[in-house]
Amino acid sequence: MGWMRAPRTGGLMLLALIVAAIPWFLPNNFYFEMAILVGINAIVAVGLNLLIGYAGQISLGHAGFFGLGGYCSGILVATYGWPPALALLLGAVGVAALAFIIARPILRLKGHYLAMATLGLGIIISIVVSTEDWLTGGPDGMYVPPFTLFGWELYGEAVWYWVIGGLLLLAVWLALNIIDSPVGRALRALHGSEVAAQAAGVDTTRAKVRVFVVSAVFAAVMGSLHAHYAGFVTPTSSGFFHSIELVTMVVLGGMASTFGAVVGAAILTVLPQLLSGFEDYEMVVFGLILMLTMIFMPQGLVPTLARVCKRRDQRASPIPGVDEVDP
Amino acid sequence: MSLLRVEQLNKSFGGVHAVQDLSFEVDPGTIHSVIGPNGAGKTTLFNLVTGVYTPSSGNIFLDDQPTAGRPAHVLARLGMSRTFQNLQICMNMTALENVMVGRHLHLDRRFLPAMLRLPGIVRGDRDCRDKAAELMNFVGTGRYLDSDAASMPYGALKRLEIARALAAEPRLLLLDEPAAGLNANETAEIDVLIQKVAQTGVTVVLVEHDMKLVMNISDHILVLDYGKKLAEGTAEAVRHNPDVIAAYLGAA
Repeated sequence: MGWMRAPRTGGLMLLALIVAAIPWFLPNNFYFEMAILVGINAIVAVGLNLLIGYAGQISLGHAGFFGLGGYCSGILVATYGWPPALALLLGAVGVAALAFIIARPILRLKGHYLAMATLGLGIIISIVVSTEDWLTGGPDGMYVPPFTLFGWELYGEAVWYWVIGGLLLLAVWLALNIIDSPVGRALRALHGSEVAAQAAGVDTTRAKVRVFVVSAVFAAVMGSLHAHYAGFVTPTSSGFFHSIELVTMVVLGGMASTFGAVVGAAILTVLPQLLSGFEDYEMVVFGLILMLTMIFMPQGLVPTLARVCKRRDQRASPIPGVDEVDP
Repeated sequence: MSLLRVEQLNKSFGGVHAVQDLSFEVDPGTIHSVIGPNGAGKTTLFNLVTGVYTPSSGNIFLDDQPTAGRPAHVLARLGMSRTFQNLQICMNMTALENVMVGRHLHLDRRFLPAMLRLPGIVRGDRDCRDKAAELMNFVGTGRYLDSDAASMPYGALKRLEIARALAAEPRLLLLDEPAAGLNANETAEIDVLIQKVAQTGVTVVLVEHDMKLVMNISDHILVLDYGKKLAEGTAEAVRHNPDVIAAYLGAA
């Protein structure tokens, strides 16, 4: 497991390999669709992990940004005939502006209060899109045309798979870059000790606002693409349950682990499908698996597994005269 | 020319006057200690100078720049670094990364270049890593270079905080009870370290309970009692001041 030691390049290469290999094991379109959904969720989770896992700020409203991106694309493209790429861009910029405006007052809150405030924000967005039916089609949602770029239409599961797969690699690369820089260190420092970060010269409010905006933009862009891919957008995409699902992906895969967010997204997207054999008990078994994972691996899957591998590595190549030190 | 100048400083919490009409100056390149019995206002004074509290009235100048009430990250930019009485180490990071955080203001902090990992960021971080390692050796925590901060002993964390504060290359270093919770040996090591720091030209202001440490290393001592200045001067002068003896021993 040598690549664990260099999670940057090694991890990215491994992820690229997996993305490239998966299509060979997908028997039909149903599985392709699942893989695409995994990718979309994973990108949102990677962005959210910057906020929750690294900066230590909870958000229970990110599905709101996801939904806003989707509706922005839907309304501008379907109703007003904008080019999809421009609509996506405007959605991202609009969500960034919204996130920026509300971040300052919201991020002064801590812990439960921050959770409540972001929860409220998500609910407001969700209510607006389901009641303003002249614009959004109401609870039934609205049709979204296919994504086209320079006359080329994104069509077919295979094409979508490679686009989302490429974007996932890009998102992971960007997230790893942010974390492994002065900006990322400042985020982790304010998570570890906010006063210490301030004393070191970190403008913690500014740092929190920036990462909140970035994670919101990740969600908005994927919301747009998901709307185009699915061909429709509904209020559920911006709802409370979707927000919880996103947070669970981050926590299950491992807070402050970019690859953990990807693994968490994969498990939470695929597991319900695999469990469909349990029929009525599906959600019970699903909940049980989540509970057991968090009880036995409170730090999440990837950090826990990484530690196990590291320990086995050390045992395999002991340094003479040095006893193994338990961290 | 004084580096730090406090003028007519007052801070009250409700009816309690924690600091009253306090004025003093700290000369550059010296070790300046603040002592006093429990409740004398030492911590309040420290919090006023480091921007945690805003004074009720009065002024604080760092190099003739008014600093009273300005947020901590702005003070850091003006050349002020500090450590904490109750450790404020980022336990989610390695020891080295903690010190690297201290260099924040000397690094490229722009978001976009960081996100795209432009060569300048990589280079800056490599230099920062070397500087941080150098500082960890300087304070005597070199053996913990690759350790997680959470796995380090208390005494080493105390020194790690000093390394992080020094990483900012401050002109003024404020130490809040650097010897609190340390045994005699570790205190002696801190004693040597603070003098080593002062020799590099950094001005040190120290709030400390350990009299042996204070008397040993201070160029100048300020004694507080009930929020007021009780005495001021060299260790020798303060030690023989009858008011100080009375305050500490409770004599009438």
